Amino acid sequence: MKVGYYPGCSLEGTAREFDISVRKSCGLLGIELEELDDWSCCGATAAHNTDHLLSIALPARNLALAERQGLDQVLSPCAACSNRLITAHREMEENEELRGAVEAIIEMSYSGKVRVLNYLGLILSFGIDNLRAKVRRELANFKVACYYGCLLVRPPKIVEFDDPEDPQSMDKILTALGAEVVDWEYKVECCGGGFTISDPTLVETLAHDIIRNAETEGANAISVSCPLCHANLDMKQSAINARFHEKRNMPVYYVSELVALACGATPEEAGINKHFVDSYALIR
Amino acid sequence: MARVGVFICHCGENIARTVDSAAVADAAKRMAGVVYAVDYKYMCSDPGQQMIKDAIAKHRLTGVVVAACSPRMHETTFRRASAEAGLNPYLCEMSNIREHCSWVHEDKQAATEKAIDLVRAMVEKVKKNEELQPIRVPVTRRALVIGGGIAGIQTALDIANGGHEVLLVEKTPSIGGHMAQLSETFPTLDCSQCILTPRMVEVGQHPRIKLYVYSEVESVDGFIGNFEVKIRQKATSVDPKLCNGCGACREACPQKKIPSDFEAGLGTRTAIYSPFPQAVPNKPVIDRENCLRFRVARKKGIPIEECTACGKCYEACPIEPRKAIDFSQTDQVVTEKVGAIVVATGFDLYPTDAYGEYGHGKHPDIISGLQFERLASASGPTSGEIRRPSDGTIPKSVVFIQCVGSRDNAKGIPYCSKICCMYTAKHTMLYKHKVHDGQAYVFYMDIRAGGKNYDEFVRRAIEEDGAVYLRGRVSRIFRRNGRLAVLGADTLSGRKVEIEADMVVLATAMQAQLHTDKLAQTLGISYDQFEFLSEAHPKLRPVETNTAGVLLAGACQAPKDIPEAVAQGSAAASKVLGIFSSDELEREPIIASVNENICSGCLACEAVCPYGAIEEKEIKDRDGNVVKVVANVNPGVCQGCGLCVATCRANCIDLAGFSDEQVYAEIKAL
Amino acid sequence: MTAKIEQASIESLAREVELLGGGRVADCYQCGKCSAGCPVVSFMDMLPHQVVRYIQLGLRDEVLTSRTIWVCASCQTCTTRCPKEFDIAELMDVLRALSYREGKVSVSQKDKLTFHRAFLRSVEHHGRIFELGMIQNFKMKTAAKQAIRDPRVLMQDAMMGKGMLFKNKLRLMPDTIKGKSQVKGIFDRVRELEKAEVKK
Repeated sequence: MKVGYYPGCSLEGTAREFDISVRKSCGLLGIELEELDDWSCCGATAAHNTDHLLSIALPARNLALAERQGLDQVLSPCAACSNRLITAHREMEENEELRGAVEAIIEMSYSGKVRVLNYLGLILSFGIDNLRAKVRRELANFKVACYYGCLLVRPPKIVEFDDPEDPQSMDKILTALGAEVVDWEYKVECCGGGFTISDPTLVETLAHDIIRNAETEGANAISVSCPLCHANLDMKQSAINARFHEKRNMPVYYVSELVALACGATPEEAGINKHFVDSYALIR
Repeated sequence: MARVGVFICHCGENIARTVDSAAVADAAKRMAGVVYAVDYKYMCSDPGQQMIKDAIAKHRLTGVVVAACSPRMHETTFRRASAEAGLNPYLCEMSNIREHCSWVHEDKQAATEKAIDLVRAMVEKVKKNEELQPIRVPVTRRALVIGGGIAGIQTALDIANGGHEVLLVEKTPSIGGHMAQLSETFPTLDCSQCILTPRMVEVGQHPRIKLYVYSEVESVDGFIGNFEVKIRQKATSVDPKLCNGCGACREACPQKKIPSDFEAGLGTRTAIYSPFPQAVPNKPVIDRENCLRFRVARKKGIPIEECTACGKCYEACPIEPRKAIDFSQTDQVVTEKVGAIVVATGFDLYPTDAYGEYGHGKHPDIISGLQFERLASASGPTSGEIRRPSDGTIPKSVVFIQCVGSRDNAKGIPYCSKICCMYTAKHTMLYKHKVHDGQAYVFYMDIRAGGKNYDEFVRRAIEEDGAVYLRGRVSRIFRRNGRLAVLGADTLSGRKVEIEADMVVLATAMQAQLHTDKLAQTLGISYDQFEFLSEAHPKLRPVETNTAGVLLAGACQAPKDIPEAVAQGSAAASKVLGIFSSDELEREPIIASVNENICSGCLACEAVCPYGAIEEKEIKDRDGNVVKVVANVNPGVCQGCGLCVATCRANCIDLAGFSDEQVYAEIKAL
Repeated sequence: MTAKIEQASIESLAREVELLGGGRVADCYQCGKCSAGCPVVSFMDMLPHQVVRYIQLGLRDEVLTSRTIWVCASCQTCTTRCPKEFDIAELMDVLRALSYREGKVSVSQKDKLTFHRAFLRSVEHHGRIFELGMIQNFKMKTAAKQAIRDPRVLMQDAMMGKGMLFKNKLRLMPDTIKGKSQVKGIFDRVRELEKAEVKK
C-alpha cells in the first residue's frame, strides 16, 4: 500500500511526535509514504477566517502538486490540514468558476482526482484485521477515551468520514490494539482549536471539561488524531491544572503513537518522549 | 348538416385580459358548420348556461363548443345544461382557452389567434361526435375498511349504522390502534381507553360488521362498485370459535420477556398473547417468530405437527372436547366482493435513534412521547406511575423536546406533525398531576394549538400546572452522574441553557405506516414522497382519492389528531353511503372498443392497460370450435385512458368520445 | 436602543451575504439549536442565532463589530446540527472577512486577528509556518497588553516554549521551501483580485 504524504506545518514543529509516529507506524505496517514534493502551508484557520479565496488557493496548490506527482491518495494527519484540503477539493468540484479562478492564482491545474485521507481513514483502509495481525504487544493497561475533536468528522457533508455524533473509527483501531476504550460523552466536543496562543482562557476552559469527563468515565489515557487537540490537552495541561487548581496527570497520545507501540516500536521510536505530560506509566 | 353553437367565455379577467373573446366569437361565426357564436362574461353562471340552452332550442344545434376553462372544471356543468335542453351531453365539448392559452401567454394578439385555432379544432371534432349513453354497472353494497384504529372504527360504525355490511381488516390482533395506547386525550383529559373501548365493543358486536384481525389485504381487482379483494388471514394458531378468552394459555406460556409493541418497547408480553386486556376480539394469537415450539420446529427442520417442544399453552387450555389452540393452523386467503374501500391505516412514529446528539435511541431514560403515554397509562408497564426506565425511580425533573424529526430538512422530515404541541402540553399536566413536586420543561419552536379549546389547554399547562416553556431547540443531551444534562437554547431570553433532567421525552415526528407504498400500489392510489396517501383535492375533496371508490380517513392521509380522524372517518362513510345509495352506478361512456374483424389477437393492448380492463376473448363457430382469439374490453373497468388505442399496431381499437376520426379532425383543423 | 428596520438594508445585506457564500439567511427559522450546541457561547456577546437574526433584520454593523464572530472557533457543530441545513459556520467566515477588511474587528478580539496575521505573514515569507518567528511576531504585538491582563499567561507560554525547545519541537531557523515565490505569488494575486473587486 502506498499513499502520498502531506505532513503539514505543525508536524514539523509542535507536533513532531505525530510525524515521527505516523512514519514509524506506517513503516511497521508496510505502508509506503511518498512525501509531497515542496508542499506548502494549507492556510489552516488563519486563511479561512480572513480571506475565502486565499483559503482555497493555499490548499489547492498542494492538491495540484499531488496530482502532478501522480498521487491519487494523500495522507494528511493534521485534522485542520485534511479538513482544508478536502474543503478546497469539494468547493472546486462544485464551482467551475471558482476552480478556474484558483487555477489562475496557483498557476497550476487541478482536475479533482486527489482523495485526502486522515490517519484513522488510512488505518481503516489498511484493514482492522490486518492491523490486528501486526500487533506484537497489546496495550493491556490502557483504558482510553478516544477524542476525535471537530475537524475529523465535521461538517459531515464535506468530510464524509465516520459518524459526526458518535464516531467509532478510533475506537475500533484501539480495540484492535488490545486497549479498552471507554464510552464517554466528550468525543466530539471542541477543545478550542487554533486559539492555543491567542485565547488561552478559552482553550483551557474547553480542554478542562474534556479531560475531566474522560477521567470521570474511567479513562487513564486520551488518544487524539489532531495536533491542535494534542497541544491543547497535553502541552496546556499544566496551565489547565493551574487555572482550575487541580492536579491531573492524564497522558495524551496520538493514535499513531499507540499503533507504533503496539506494533513493536519503543516509546522513543514512537515519539512519546516528546509529550509534556509524562506518558510512560501505562507502557511499563 | 352540422349546426354547431360556439360560446366564448371571458371568465372575468382570466381569459379576457389576454384573449379577445369577442374577436374569437366573431371568427367562430365564420367557421364551417357554425350557425351561432357568442361571447359572454361567465359561461358557467346560470345566465351563461341558460344562453346555451336557449341557443340549442332556438338554433336547433347539433353540437356545442364552450371555449373557456379546463374541462376538469366545468365539463359536467355544460354537459348537464346541454342534456337539460335535449342535446346528448356528449355532443358538447369544451375548448380550453384559459389554462392552455390565456394563463400561459402574454402577447394578446398571438394568444387570440391561438384561441381561435383551439376553437376551430374543437368545432371540427364536435362535428364528428356521436351520441353516447352512460354505462350502468351494478354496485356491491358492502364496504371494506382497512385499518382498525379510531378512524377505521368510526367509518365502519357509520357505514354499518347506515344499513350496509362492512368488512374491517386489521393487521394486529386487536382493533383500537394507537388511541388504545394513550393514557388521556387532549383537550379534555378523557381516559383514552374509556372513550375508545365502547366503540371497539360496538364494532365487535355489530351485526353488520365482519372483523378480520391479524389480517392484511393482499390484492385488489376491479373498480368502484365492483371490487374483488383477497384478504390474507394470518394464522393465529387459535380457533376463535372455540376460544373463550380465559387467558390460561397466557399464564402458562414460559416466554415472558418478548418486547411488547403495545407497550412501545417498555414492557413485555408472552409468545401467546393478547395485546391488551380490552382487546377486541379478545382472542390470543401465537407469535410464531418467538414461540418456542415453532422456533424448535424451524431449527430442526421438522413440520410443526411433529414438534413436541413446550406446548404449555395447549396443556393449559380448558376447552373441551377439542382445545382452542391449533398449531397446525395455516394462513387463509379469503376472497370478498365489496363496492367501496376506505383506507384508514394510520401512522407510525419517527424512530428516536435517528439523532446521535440525543443518544441514538440507546439511553433508557430518553424516551418517545408514545412511551411516556404508556408510563402514564394505568394499564401500562408501571401501572400509571411515572418512573425512569433505567432504575424505576420517580423523575423530579423531566425535559420534553418538541419537533424531534419534524420541521427538519436535514435529518428528519420538513413538515409539522401537528399533534406534538398538544400532547406535550398534556404530558406536562399528566406528569404534574402524578408527581406534585416535579418540574416539567418544554423546548419548543412554535406552539400549534389551533383546535377548539386547544390554546387554552396549553396556557393551562403553563399558567396553572407550572410547566416551564423554553423557546429553542436542544443541541445535545449528555449523560452526567446518572442523570441527563440537556443543552438547549432559549431564544426569548437570548441564552444558551442547561437543564439537569431525570428523564427526557422526545416528541418524535408522525410518519406514514411502514409499507404504505405497497398498500397504495395494491389499491392503485397515489401517495406523496412521505408515503402519506394523496387526497383527490387538498381543499375540496379531503377524503377521496383519484381512484373512484377508494377513500381515505385518518392519519394515513396526513398528521392529524383524534377529532379530525373521527370527522374524516364519518366523511368517508358518507361518501360510501352515497356510492351505495342506488343499485347501479353510472359510468362515463368514454371507453375503448375492439373491431374484432381486424383484431389479430396479439394482445399488446392487454399488456399496456393499467386497469386490467382487456382480456382475451375466444370467437367460436357454430360447432364450438375456436376460430379466432381477439382482445375484448370490459366496459365496466375501462377508464378511457387511450393507451391501448395508441399501442394497437393494426389500428383496430378505438375510443368513444376520442375516436381516431375525431382526433384527426382536430389536428387537420390547425 | 431602537433598531431601525428598513427594506433596503434587509435586501442589500441578504444579497451581499448570499453572494459571498454565506447562504440564504431567510432559511433560518431561529430555532436556536446552533447557539444551544456552541461550545464557546460563554465568551460571546451575541449568540450565533442572533447573528443570523441581525442579518435578517439588515443590521450590518452590529454584527461586524461583535465579539461573537471572532470568538467562534469554527468547530462546525452548528452547521452539522442545523435542521435547515444552513451553513452558519461558513456565514461566520464571510462575516469575519468583511469585519477584517472594513477594520471593524472588536477590540477585545484583536489578539486573534494579530495571530492570524502573524500566521499568514509567516506563510507568505517562507511557504510554511516558521513557528518561532510567528510566535515572536505575535508576542511582540501582544505581550504588553497580556502582561497587564494576565501575566500568568506569559510565564506559561515561556515555559511551553522552553519545553518545546528541549523536546526538539521548535525549529530555530525557518524551513523555507523551494517554491517560496510560488506561495508569495498566490498571496499577491489574491490581493490584486481583491483590490479590483473593491474598485468595482
